[in-house]
Amino acid sequence: MNTEMSHSLAAIVIGGSAGALDALGMILPELPAGFPLPIVVALHLLPGRPSGLAAVLGYRCALPVKEAEDKEPIVPGTLYVVSPSYHLLVEREGCFSLSADELVNFSRPSIDVLFESAADAYGPRLAAVLLSGANDDGASGLSRIRESGGLTIVQAPETAAASTMPSAALHCGAADEVLPLEAIGPRLVALASAQRAPSSLSEKETG
Amino acid sequence: MSPERVNDAEVTRLLDAIFTRYHYDFRRYASASLKRRIASALVRLDCQDVQALEAQVLADPRAFSELLRFLTVQVSDLFRDPAFFRAIREQVVPHLSTYPSLKLWVAGCATGEEAYSLAILLAEEGLLERAQIYATDIHPESLRVAAEGVFALERFARFSQNYQLAGGKSSLSDYYTARYSSAVLDRSLRKAILFADHSLATDSVFAEMHLVSCRNVLIYFERNLQDRAVGVLTDALCRLGFLGLGSKETLRFSAHAQKFRELVPEARLYQRL
Repeated sequence: MNTEMSHSLAAIVIGGSAGALDALGMILPELPAGFPLPIVVALHLLPGRPSGLAAVLGYRCALPVKEAEDKEPIVPGTLYVVSPSYHLLVEREGCFSLSADELVNFSRPSIDVLFESAADAYGPRLAAVLLSGANDDGASGLSRIRESGGLTIVQAPETAAASTMPSAALHCGAADEVLPLEAIGPRLVALASAQRAPSSLSEKETG
Repeated sequence: MSPERVNDAEVTRLLDAIFTRYHYDFRRYASASLKRRIASALVRLDCQDVQALEAQVLADPRAFSELLRFLTVQVSDLFRDPAFFRAIREQVVPHLSTYPSLKLWVAGCATGEEAYSLAILLAEEGLLERAQIYATDIHPESLRVAAEGVFALERFARFSQNYQLAGGKSSLSDYYTARYSSAVLDRSLRKAILFADHSLATDSVFAEMHLVSCRNVLIYFERNLQDRAVGVLTDALCRLGFLGLGSKETLRFSAHAQKFRELVPEARLYQRL
């Protein structure tokens, strides 16, 4: 449990599936340009075709939005999205890796894969949001983030177009906070404004 | 199922031990996905933790061979990413057909799907007779499976679809014989490919190539190992030879970028200058 936010944050990860695109359409317009953290978004995408996700979200967002590339350094104030047919992972060095390994929870990209690697890379300096979705991908990754001391937020199932995903996370006790959709954007802004300065992995204390 | 948490220091020690004992070098692999693979190996090999795995692997080469499967094996398809093969057919074959003999290299071939796809493509373009395809990997068991050229029949519906999208000129069924639940690829294809052990992490160039394909291999490497590997691929190519990468791999940030021009950017096809 980490609701006091004694650690400064290094990143925010967001996952979702069915209904999550609309949810992001509510959340992202709340975020101001110059947002002090990197945001990484994993949604389930159809395999084998360009997703257009970055373009779609770019319309709703004051931050630059792009598909995360292999070994790309993670920069604050940027919103990164997954690519179809590849898992997206965060490396401890503060960059991304892609993987074409087998599907996880019938999905590639998988939310669990992003969340678990981000928990490993950022530890307590991570906030995570799990949105609407029609399967249980993300729940175990969210648990991992919470166990590592990160802050976990779950969209209240009754405000989700598909409640399976947030319900699965609540069922396994992965949520620090359960928020209705309209409260998630303002919560992220509040978290960010509590940051002293843009932070990066390199400042992370070792040991 | 979520993989078990694996400890970084233990992983480092395991990789050092593997290098010392077996001379396989995973030390500069990108750690996030490697750790996932080690975590699933723990479950499947029934090891309590990384230390137990290390002890088992050091004591028993067969256990190492099992682990190697988890650390390396990639599942691919015939004509995976059809646009890549279409681009080779349309943009590269006209150049290849000007050479009296051809050498091609599939680096990181796993169980051979990509190498066989190239062989079929060359056969349809009338180039297979004069071509030698080298297909390399670090996993002996994959190489053995690849050399047999036998794949589960149920996979061929997708393979056929890929083949058509890749600009196939006849029917994929012309290239295999179905036997019960599996299909064996034609001898003429198998004859054109030499499967061999080679590591992009520790080995160097072994022949001069007209085309090198190395797809979805570099993403598993750290940046410095990527540079080493791309250096080997670069040195293997003849002047104006061709390099194919995976759909999310690029030379843009590579130390070797200036030695290439982008031939078909969206297919990640490059030409050596």
